[in-house]
Amino acid sequence: MSPLLTIAGINKSFGSTKVLQDVSLDIENGEFLTILGESGSGKTTLLRIIAGFENADSGSLTMQGSPLDSQPANRRNVNTVFQHYALFPHLTVFENIAYGLRAKRIAAAEIKTRVEAALAQMRMSEMAARRPAQLSGGQQQRIALARALVNRPALLLLDEPLSALDASLRVHMQGELKALQRETGITFVFVTHDQEEAITLSDRIAVLRNGGLEQIDTPRELYNRPRTAYVAAFIGKANLLPNGMAVRPENVQVVVPGSAPVGSTSQSWIGTVKRIVFAGASDLIEVDCSDGLVISARVPSGGSYPPIVQLLVAAEHLISLS
Amino acid sequence: MYSRAYQRLVSIPPLLWVSVFLLIPYASLFCISFWQVRSQQIVHEWTLHNYAQLIHNPVYLEVLGRSARIAASVTILALLLGVPLAYFVCMRAGRFQNLLYQLVIIPLWVSYLVRAYAWKTILGGNGVLNTLLIHVGILHQPASFFLYSPFAVILTLTHIYTPFVFLPTYASMAHIPKALVEASSDLGASPVRSFWTLIFPLSLPGIVAGATFAFVLSLGDFIAPLLIGGPNGIMISNIVVSLFGAAYDWPLGSAISLCILILVVVLISTTESIEKRLQLGGAR
Repeated sequence: MSPLLTIAGINKSFGSTKVLQDVSLDIENGEFLTILGESGSGKTTLLRIIAGFENADSGSLTMQGSPLDSQPANRRNVNTVFQHYALFPHLTVFENIAYGLRAKRIAAAEIKTRVEAALAQMRMSEMAARRPAQLSGGQQQRIALARALVNRPALLLLDEPLSALDASLRVHMQGELKALQRETGITFVFVTHDQEEAITLSDRIAVLRNGGLEQIDTPRELYNRPRTAYVAAFIGKANLLPNGMAVRPENVQVVVPGSAPVGSTSQSWIGTVKRIVFAGASDLIEVDCSDGLVISARVPSGGSYPPIVQLLVAAEHLISLS
Repeated sequence: MYSRAYQRLVSIPPLLWVSVFLLIPYASLFCISFWQVRSQQIVHEWTLHNYAQLIHNPVYLEVLGRSARIAASVTILALLLGVPLAYFVCMRAGRFQNLLYQLVIIPLWVSYLVRAYAWKTILGGNGVLNTLLIHVGILHQPASFFLYSPFAVILTLTHIYTPFVFLPTYASMAHIPKALVEASSDLGASPVRSFWTLIFPLSLPGIVAGATFAFVLSLGDFIAPLLIGGPNGIMISNIVVSLFGAAYDWPLGSAISLCILILVVVLISTTESIEKRLQLGGAR
C-alpha cells in the first residue's frame, strides 16, 4: 500500500537559521505517528508545512499520489488541532464545530447531524450553546478535536495539544486521543517534546534533532535499538559507553566483585557506588567506574550493596550506536 | 492608603479643569439658549422662542439634515476605504506592513487646514484636476462644479477622516491572534470567507468606534464647507459660527449647538453600548 503522505527532502530556513534540513518520511494510512523533538528541533515548522501555513524552501509533499505543496491551506484535506486550541471566541461551541462544514457548503441538515454526533462523541452535547471562554481547558481541548475531526480529514495534525493541560487531565486525554484515533481510523500526526507521551501513544515515532530526522521507528525499536547516542539518551535512560555502545540501566547486572559468572558476559566494570536513587518499583544505582565513566543500573528496590561492586552486561544487551 | 487631605488636594486640579472648561461653558450655553436678543443686546429673559424658531424656520432643519447626510456619506466612504485598508495593511502587507501604516499616519501630522486647502487647489478652476482633464482632452474648459459643492465637502472630509476609521479598525485586527486566522484557513475557509466570518466580526468594536469618529467629527465640521463647500455645501456648524459672529444671535446659536450636542451624546452612548456588547460577545 502506498503511503498517505510522502515528505521528500524538505528544507526550511528562517533568515540565516536552518530550521529543517533534508527531512524525508512517509506517513502511512491510519497510523499514529509522533514527531518528537526538543524545542527548536523544527517539529512545529514541519507540521506547519504539512498544514500549509509555511512553505518549504525546497522538497515536496505528495498526498495520495498528487502534489500537496501547490494547494493553499484551505484546500488541503488536512485539519489541525492547535497548541492553544485557537477556538473562535465569538462563536458558540456548535458554530465552532460547524465552521469547517459551512466553509464546504454542506447542507444545513447534514451539518446539524454531524455536529451533534461530534458533540456526542466528545460527551459535550450540553455545551453546544456555550462560548469557548465558558469552557475549561479540557473541554476546549475536546471542542478543538471535534472541530477538526468533524471534517473527516485524511490527516489530522496535532501541535502539542496536551501541553496546556495539567498532569492528570493530560494522562486522561492521552487515553481519549488514542481511543479516538482507533475509532475514526484517521491518520494522526502528533507533535510533542514529551518522550513518554510519544511512547505510550504512537505507532511510530520520528525523532527530530536540530532540524534533521534522527531516527523513525516503532517505540519498541527506538527503545531497544536506538541508532544514535542522542536517541538512546532521549528515549528512556541509557548509559553511553566509551566504545560507541550503549546499555539500558535495567540490563546492567550488579554483583559483588569476583563472583562474576563467566559465559555470556561481554563487558564488566568494577567501581564504587556513588549513590542509590529510589525510583518507585526499583532503585537506580550509580556506579563510578574508572576514567569518569558513571554507569546507572536498575536494581530491585531496597537492596543493600558493598561500597565496591562489579557491573556485568550481556552481549545481547549492548546497543551499537552510529 | 493616602490621607484624606492628600486625596482632596490632588482632586482639585481635575475638578477645576472640568468646571472651567466643561461645566461652566455647558451651563452658560444652556442658559443663553433660553434668552433672547433685543435691539442688538442679549437680554436675560427666559423664552422658548429660539427652539420654536429652530422648528419653524425650515432652513435650520434643512441644513441639519444636509449635514447629517454629508456626515453619513463621509462615514460610509471612510468605512469602505478604511476597513479594507486596515485589513490589507494588517493581514496581507507582509514586510511592507510598517511602511504602509506610517504612510497612513503621516497625513495626520499635517495641519487639517493645509489638507482642506490642498483640496481647494486640486478641485479649483485652475486646479490640478481641471488642468489634467483638459490636458488629456476630456474637458475643453475648466469645470466649476468640482469645487463649491457638497461633493467637494464629502471628498475632503473623507480624505481627512478615513485614518480615523483606519486606526481603531487596525488596532482591533492586530489583536486577533494569528492562530485564529490560520484555524479558519485550516478548516477550509477562503480568505474572503475568513474575512467575513472571523476578521470582520472580531474587529467590529474598532470599526464601530471609527465610524462614530468619522460621523461625529464630520457632522460638526465647519472648515471644509467654509473653504470648499460654497452656498450649497453649508453645514450646520457654519450657521452656528455665523450666529455667534456676524449675526450676533448667541441665543439661537446656543439652541442649535445644544441640539447638536444632545444628538451627538445620544449617538456616542448608543455606539458605545454597541461596542461594549460586541466586546463582551467576543470575549465570552
